[in-house]
Amino acid sequence: MLDCGLDMTSTLNFLPLPLVQSPRLSKLPGWVLKDGNTFLDKELKECSGHVFVDSVPEFCLPETELLDLSTVDVILISNYHCMMALPYITEYTGFTGTVYATEPTVQIGRLLMEELVNFIERVPKAQSASLWKNKEVQRLLPAPLKDAVEVSTWRRCYTMPEVNSALSKIQLVGYSQKIELFGAVQVTPLSSGYALGSSNWIIQSHYEKVSYVSGSSLLTTHPQAMDQASLKNSDVLILTGLTQIPTANPDGMVGEFCSNLAMTVRNGGNVLVPCYPSGVIYDLLECLYQYIDSAGLSNVPFYFISPVANSSLEFSQIFAEWLCHNKQTKVYLPEPPFPHAELIQTNKLKHYPSIHGDFSNDFKQPCVVFTGHPSLRFGDVVHFMELWGKSSLNTVIFTEPDFSYLEALAPYQPLAMKCVYCPIDTRLNFIQVSKLLKEVQPLHVVCPEQYTQPPPTQSHRTDLMIDCQPPAMSYRRAEVLTLPFKRRYEKIEIMPELADSLVPLEIKPGISLATVSAVLHTKDNKHVLQPPPKPAQPPASKKRKRVSDDAPECKPLKPLLSGSIPMDQFVQTLEKHGFSDVKVEDTAKGHIVLLQEAETLIQIEEDSTHIICDNDETLRVKLRDLVLKFLQKF
Amino acid sequence: MLPCYGDALPLSLFLTFFYQKKTRCIMDRECSQLLPSVCAVLADSRQLVADDTFLEKFLDWFKTLTETESSLLLLQENPCLTELITCVLKLKDPSSSTLSFILRLTGIFAASESCFQYLQQRELLISLFGEVGPLSSALWEEASVRSGWVQGVHSMVQHQSALHFLCSCGAIDVIFTLQGDPSLFVASAANQLLVHVLTFSLQSFQTKPENIKDCDWPICAQKLIVHIEESLKSNSASRIKQSLKLLTSVFGCCHDLWTEVLWSRLSERIVYLLEEEPVHAGHSLVDLFLSMARSPVFSCPECSLWTSVTCALEHLNPAQVGRLAVGVLKLQECPQAVKIQALSVLLQPMDCVLKAASQPLEYPGLLNRSVNDSATVETLLSCRSSCASLLCQTLTHLEELQYLTCLPVDLPHIPLLQSVVTILQFCIGLATPASCLGNKISRILIGCFRVQRSALDILGALSHWESPSVFIGSVFDILLAYLKSPDTSPTVLKKSFQATLKWLVSLSEAPSSKDHWQQTEQFLRDLFLVLQKRLCSPYWEVRDSALEFLTLLVKHLREKEWFRQVLFSSEVPKLTEDLLEDPESYVRASAVTAMGQLSFLTHLISKKPGVENGNVKEKSIVAQLKEILSTDSEGFPRRAVISVFIDWLREGHPDVLKDTEQFVSSVLQAVNSDLDWEVKAGGLELAEVFSAQILGRLGLAACPYAAVLSSATRSTHLSESLQIFCQVKLFEFLFGALCDCDRPVAQKACDILIALKAELCDESSLKEGTSAGLSTEARGIAWLEETLRRWSSCAKPCPRGDADEAGSQDPNGVLLVLRTVDLEGLHRSLNRSSDHIEKSPQSLLQDILATVGTLEENEADCY
Repeated sequence: MLDCGLDMTSTLNFLPLPLVQSPRLSKLPGWVLKDGNTFLDKELKECSGHVFVDSVPEFCLPETELLDLSTVDVILISNYHCMMALPYITEYTGFTGTVYATEPTVQIGRLLMEELVNFIERVPKAQSASLWKNKEVQRLLPAPLKDAVEVSTWRRCYTMPEVNSALSKIQLVGYSQKIELFGAVQVTPLSSGYALGSSNWIIQSHYEKVSYVSGSSLLTTHPQAMDQASLKNSDVLILTGLTQIPTANPDGMVGEFCSNLAMTVRNGGNVLVPCYPSGVIYDLLECLYQYIDSAGLSNVPFYFISPVANSSLEFSQIFAEWLCHNKQTKVYLPEPPFPHAELIQTNKLKHYPSIHGDFSNDFKQPCVVFTGHPSLRFGDVVHFMELWGKSSLNTVIFTEPDFSYLEALAPYQPLAMKCVYCPIDTRLNFIQVSKLLKEVQPLHVVCPEQYTQPPPTQSHRTDLMIDCQPPAMSYRRAEVLTLPFKRRYEKIEIMPELADSLVPLEIKPGISLATVSAVLHTKDNKHVLQPPPKPAQPPASKKRKRVSDDAPECKPLKPLLSGSIPMDQFVQTLEKHGFSDVKVEDTAKGHIVLLQEAETLIQIEEDSTHIICDNDETLRVKLRDLVLKFLQKF
Repeated sequence: MLPCYGDALPLSLFLTFFYQKKTRCIMDRECSQLLPSVCAVLADSRQLVADDTFLEKFLDWFKTLTETESSLLLLQENPCLTELITCVLKLKDPSSSTLSFILRLTGIFAASESCFQYLQQRELLISLFGEVGPLSSALWEEASVRSGWVQGVHSMVQHQSALHFLCSCGAIDVIFTLQGDPSLFVASAANQLLVHVLTFSLQSFQTKPENIKDCDWPICAQKLIVHIEESLKSNSASRIKQSLKLLTSVFGCCHDLWTEVLWSRLSERIVYLLEEEPVHAGHSLVDLFLSMARSPVFSCPECSLWTSVTCALEHLNPAQVGRLAVGVLKLQECPQAVKIQALSVLLQPMDCVLKAASQPLEYPGLLNRSVNDSATVETLLSCRSSCASLLCQTLTHLEELQYLTCLPVDLPHIPLLQSVVTILQFCIGLATPASCLGNKISRILIGCFRVQRSALDILGALSHWESPSVFIGSVFDILLAYLKSPDTSPTVLKKSFQATLKWLVSLSEAPSSKDHWQQTEQFLRDLFLVLQKRLCSPYWEVRDSALEFLTLLVKHLREKEWFRQVLFSSEVPKLTEDLLEDPESYVRASAVTAMGQLSFLTHLISKKPGVENGNVKEKSIVAQLKEILSTDSEGFPRRAVISVFIDWLREGHPDVLKDTEQFVSSVLQAVNSDLDWEVKAGGLELAEVFSAQILGRLGLAACPYAAVLSSATRSTHLSESLQIFCQVKLFEFLFGALCDCDRPVAQKACDILIALKAELCDESSLKEGTSAGLSTEARGIAWLEETLRRWSSCAKPCPRGDADEAGSQDPNGVLLVLRTVDLEGLHRSLNRSSDHIEKSPQSLLQDILATVGTLEENEADCY
């Protein structure tokens, strides 16, 4: 199984979970059907024309119907964002396999899960809505609830014990490490340049190579650069995890982010940045480190609020081997690879586990707050949206591309604060994909259907799709695809003693052949040729042995023949040996040599020779030997 | 010895620095004495001249000498020169640089016919330029020797004897060969030489013969023409290009009648070249036609040249022909049909782009008919390697046309504007392709900065045409899209600002500006929102461009009430003020300039009720700028401040008018201690404006229409002016600047002092001064020196309290000093470049000798 991401966009259908009682949210009117029926008014609330489920947010799980996940042997994880559904798989499906991921992926993935669990669990909600999920009822609901898919499979968030249990099933791997899977294939993680420890995977046998490229970046940000060279010569390249906002160039967006931030703060407003606790935030803090002095923002406090803020900032500094070259070099100086260490030292950046406690004492405005969750449905961000939403001096800047910012903002309407959308997605865009494919030249590309056509909202942008030759094979949800290659060869090992016994015969310059008689031993998808057992000793007693104990029956070896018979010379030879009335007839497959006097036929074809004579074994042997003279034996 | 303008320039230099020495253009005695030694050094193959530039300077000197003196006399009086040539010719292994030098030197002398004969008699010319000379030596492999040979011959061909010599000694064939020399310098020089030979040999051939075949052209010219014809007929692209290049130069530099004869002889062959598929020498043909089209010889509408030009416009590749088309459109004398065709050529790519983004029948296109096969243009546009360059060329050519004062053909400017907007839309993915070609163009152009820049340039240029509202709307939309887009590169953003400025200025000046008022106002509101964001950009280039744009916008539109309203309802003025503290000095400088403009408006706004603290704010801006002038560590912001202050003083900024003397005094004091020469020069300009204003205010300015003042009134006004100048310590500043180590500063100070002297020290004041016993003689030189020293020292920062005493100036004393110091003499010496002594030929000769003597030593030093 390649990755197991969690679709969190389902949470956008739910009302936010406020940290403190929100009079506004609690006073939202219940939703009433057109016919005046109010049976859903406890479950669904209406806010500025949008309907939300008033319940604990639920998540959309990976596809579980298509195959039995208990039969999955291995899960390969690309990056920490692509493992958020892991507890649902490992704890609920009977999965007994192994999960492979790099160390930073596991550590930061744990932080993301921990933060998610914390955000949900610290605001327990008594109510759990389920009526609306009924298919008959769902039909009656307004969009987008009406169009939500497979709502019955949506699940509440997992718990920390489940997270711990799931993570215990992960086996850590390093870049370029070769991992044998049941002898059948070898898998290798390669740096993908997107996040700390993010990987692309090569799955290869001796003769086939499949690359799985997911969430890769060619930009120079904090992670180790993408390893492109190892992707060359793939039979199939499965390509996914491209940028979600192909029209937004990350450099331009960072500029926008800084400009809007400065403009707001200069006007006395606060800036809210809904974000994940790891990833782009490191780059943003680095940009701000360089920018705040030049923008005259040295006295503006930056707050990073997350239950895992401290761990995230500290983890980032210790994964030196997973960082880009420049940052690795810093470690040897020794200096902290990320400049946020200095921001913390100089008190420009302060981090807190939540808004409660120290933060409330230190809080000064105007300020910049980085906090989660980017969906605006749970986490400390909900509090700041309620607090700052009423003033047009404040700005919320969206940098995470995973959620539609308009949908995220829907339950906060009407909203006076400014909203700026600066999605920073460093993953490959279509121009980079095109260059990458030209560079690594896979025989076939397999990708989601969405990548093979322009975005629906910009159908004229034919530059926003994968353009490669041969055209990429596309797949859609729940589609079963046959990859365009067949396994034609297996590698077989020959035991040294058997190899010693071989006598190769050169049949062409540079090509030698030898016959091998051996026992093929296959175990764990490894094939070994072993010397044949010695001929069975005559049985000591006449007692019959059980069949299973018998050594393989070993017939006397006959030489293999090769070559072709030149008819003229063959006829001359026959005549020399006294056959005077030789006639040759050509057939579709070869020749028939007719010895009329002896009433014998020699049928010579490409892959067989038959001597048909009337029970004259001496004649047959004589003729056979004449035929064999023209063939090579080995 | 170099004159030194160090900060401790001796004061006595002011009084004695009248030494003047013109660069010698004659061979003086000292040089004649040095010349034999120099020639001996050059003739000695063991003495290497390390620096070739000496030889170049040496040649330049001889060139000047031969222009003013008789070359023959020069050779006869200085036999060492002929000996030098002979010696070098005899050398077994001369250095290539020496041989090249000798070739060129001989050429310079042989330019005079008498001298030519003199050298010919001694068989020096044949030895140098004939087949037996360097031509047959191993040194001919050196490009410098071949170049020397060509330059020598070029100098020599100034008379018929030289032409005969060329033809008889086979040199002309050598020049033909050198046309294809691997060294581009040699090839180009050979080509120029052939042009010279042809034009020189035919300069007397002014009449048009009836039958060109029978014309009696000189042999040399005949040979050349045959060579050109053969080259044009050859299959060698390089030979064809060489000949076309040669013809281009000939038609470009010579407008005699014989050029028409030459064209008649070659035109058929050239048209044949045009009809070949593919055309190999497209660019060279374009150069040729442009060169010919500019010649008055071919300006007649019936001239066969225009048939060839028409043929070229049809046959040449669209990527090559654009230059010809725009060149033709710039001509005054050109058949109208050719101009229309040329315009069509330029419009065709634009037409294709427009159609690629329009539904069929939605828009008929830019052209009524195509001149070329549009398939060729479409092929070029659908190919990644050619699309951007074709569009950039076309856009640049069309932009050139916008600036022509009188365009000879009707330009369909609205469809052109549409096509430019469409290109800009394609470049940021906003255009919807309507055809397969559109899809290709879209893929190629998205994110193409080159095309974006060119298109924005022409978009700005198109602003001077009157456009209907609907098109103005689309222009505003695309400009805003570029200004807003985070992906717009800093250079493209700058171009967007420039185009925006042009449109806003044009619309504000247009007679129909009221019709577009609402549209423009809304655009301005959106624009200022974008500008706010750009002023906060993390990239300094962006902040800088935004400030520059704002400065120009305010400068051009500050009189418009609607503009002021929108500007001051935005955050832009406040953000601009914040940028006075930007860490980047360029940005601070731009912010200073922008604030300089904005402050005129804040003053206007502050007069109105409802605008609070305008006056207070204004004061603080002056104070802020003064602080930058005194404390900023970088030169750019300080230069910007002084430049703003000059504008303020010139334009009568209200805050300056409140107390001009105090303002000028404080600025001059700050500038006086500045180490940056440009700031000082700015300070001097401020002083100049101030002094002119004071003199003008008191009716002393040199205005031809001013009423003549009575001598008594004039005298009173003079003394008032002097009093003011002394109060602001103007003379301290000016004399301080006169002592400045930077020559431009000293020059400027000197100019101002001379002008002031002319105003203040007229005859009457002189008389008064004399009668009062204030003559130089009375006070003596010692007093004058002491006075200047006191002023000079007081111009430097003094401890508080001492300044007034030290700086107190007696107006009469000032007058006396002005009269005593020979400012005019000082002005002359300052105008001379600092190396004028070094430039003398004597110094050059001495340097050659000195360098040769120390070469070995220097080499040892290197190790």
